[in-house]
Amino acid sequence: MNQEDQSHEDPSPQMPEVDRSLLHELVAYLRDNRTELREEWVARITQAQLLGVMTPEEIFSEVTAVYDNYVDALETGSIETLQAYARDLSERIIPRGVETHEVLGIVLLLRDVLARALFVEYQRDADLLNRILDAYEPAANRIAVTVSVSFVEERERVIREQQEAIRELSTPVLQVRDRLLILPIIGVLDSARARQLTEQLLGAIQANRAKVVVIDITGVATIDLTVANHLVQTVEAARLMGASAIITGLSSKIAQTLVDLGVDLSMMRTVGDLQGGLEEAERLIGHRPTAKGSRPDAAAP
Amino acid sequence: MSVAILRQGDYLIASIQVDLSDSQVLELRDELSERIGRVRARGLIIDVAALDVIDSFVARSLGSIAITARLRGAETVITGIEPDVAIAMVQFDLDLAPLRTALDLDEALSLLDRLTQGAGEDEA
Amino acid sequence: MRHEVRVPISSDADLVPARAEGRALARELGFSQTDATLIATAISEIARNIVVHARSGELVMTGIQQPHRYGLVIVASDAGPGIPEIDTALERGHTSRRSLGLGLPGARRLMDEFEVETDAAKGTTVTMTKWRARDELERLRARRRERA
Ligand SMILES: Nc1ncnc2c1ncn2[C@@H]1O[C@H](COP(=O)(O)OP(=O)(O)OP(=O)(O)O)[C@@H](O)[C@H]1O
Ligand SMILES: [Mg+2]
Repeated sequence: MNQEDQSHEDPSPQMPEVDRSLLHELVAYLRDNRTELREEWVARITQAQLLGVMTPEEIFSEVTAVYDNYVDALETGSIETLQAYARDLSERIIPRGVETHEVLGIVLLLRDVLARALFVEYQRDADLLNRILDAYEPAANRIAVTVSVSFVEERERVIREQQEAIRELSTPVLQVRDRLLILPIIGVLDSARARQLTEQLLGAIQANRAKVVVIDITGVATIDLTVANHLVQTVEAARLMGASAIITGLSSKIAQTLVDLGVDLSMMRTVGDLQGGLEEAERLIGHRPTAKGSRPDAAAP
Repeated sequence: MSVAILRQGDYLIASIQVDLSDSQVLELRDELSERIGRVRARGLIIDVAALDVIDSFVARSLGSIAITARLRGAETVITGIEPDVAIAMVQFDLDLAPLRTALDLDEALSLLDRLTQGAGEDEA
Repeated sequence: MRHEVRVPISSDADLVPARAEGRALARELGFSQTDATLIATAISEIARNIVVHARSGELVMTGIQQPHRYGLVIVASDAGPGIPEIDTALERGHTSRRSLGLGLPGARRLMDEFEVETDAAKGTTVTMTKWRARDELERLRARRRERA
């Protein structure tokens, strides 16, 4: 970008050292004309119908902050502050549905607005104009890339979290028959997910007036102490609501882990596999005659 | 009245109407113990749905009501514990085993029927 | 929306409004039903400790906002005798009253942050915070629902 400069010989990989003095002039110009340039930028943003989800006041205040950070970055050659601001801004606007093309659009607009202003300001001296643009362009491009990349990274982070949430939400509590629920747990159990499963299960117990829940952990590969204790608490909480819980699919590896961790399994009813668990559940339900036909029917093979 | 106590056959049903202070919980304990003896109740159901929370004090008091009731010849079943309350309760390292629970009044009644019929029980 | 709620604590009857106010404020701040109950339960334990161990004191509950999260801070203070061995008091089963010593460790488990400052001369201040889980995800989900 800053190749063969006419006055200096040191193409530094960082900011173009060559044009430091010009940058100062540039920065002074941008500060002096802050009000008009900022307004021009806002006008162009509105015209291009970018940031439609934000109010004009919000746009103006964000634009002001970006403008000032932008000029500072030009002056100091350090983009850290701008980068931090861009992350923060992205975090705020992503949930409101601002899209990548809008962010790219606004930074490119700023670049254009400023370039055009420089052009007008220095057009009488073509040589100076050239050198000013040489100083401006690489810095401006670097800033545009920084802001856009910050936004995209932030957006990717949000999408990852969203996917995680969807995966979590997709663990179903199945009603097998009247008053009997199955909670098949598959995948990695961390404490956040365990907590969520507990809430889901207890809510389902209430909604279905469940008497027995079978928690099948065949699909769980490993378990740690926190999660194990959580499981014990879930069983106890279900009991407090009046439902019995049966754990099935406890692999010998997990059983060993639980024993090694010293988890108190005495309160837990465990049955080898899901089939056995369901039979045990039928027995428990049938054991208590209630209003509806909850005698053990012939369903269990 | 903050607690409605009804008699149904051999059973007493205490239905808590509002959140209770600690002293009201202790009054309830004494009142129930006295009434169980007076009417020779064989079963006691306490509906706790109106309690805002069941913290360590309330949980302990419910346990001691159950133990006292048993000494006076009645089995106790707690009903109306909501999911969020249950989640909070298990955070305390309390021994909640003395608390027998049921999902609702119907369940509580049939559990009491079973408990007071034979001695036969294999409830966890 | 209210941002600060004060509840004076001088008898066990004061626990009832303390729990109710804590729950109401938590709900106003957008906490889930479960979290509101956990908060109310922790309040109950800490307020009871004031009544039992220090006679009287005050709870101040405040909604706080940080860049990307909301929280509820509860400060329970009293001018009582202080807790002589705070580290052991925070462990289960340590009590000066032949009680079970479950209050402090239980309340601590129910909250996200928990600090005790205690001094025989000045009394005890418990500061506990709960953060609203997954603020950002909630906003995203709401927005997706809006769009759908
Ligand atoms: N506000 C306080 N002022 C003075 N001492 C306190 C205070 N809060 C707690 N303590 C001390 O810390 C100990 C532990 O408190 P904790 O709430 O865990 O147990 P407890 O109140 O004794 O029993 P429980 O809460 O299980 O009924 C108390 O026994 C008491 O000595
Ligand atoms: Mg206590």
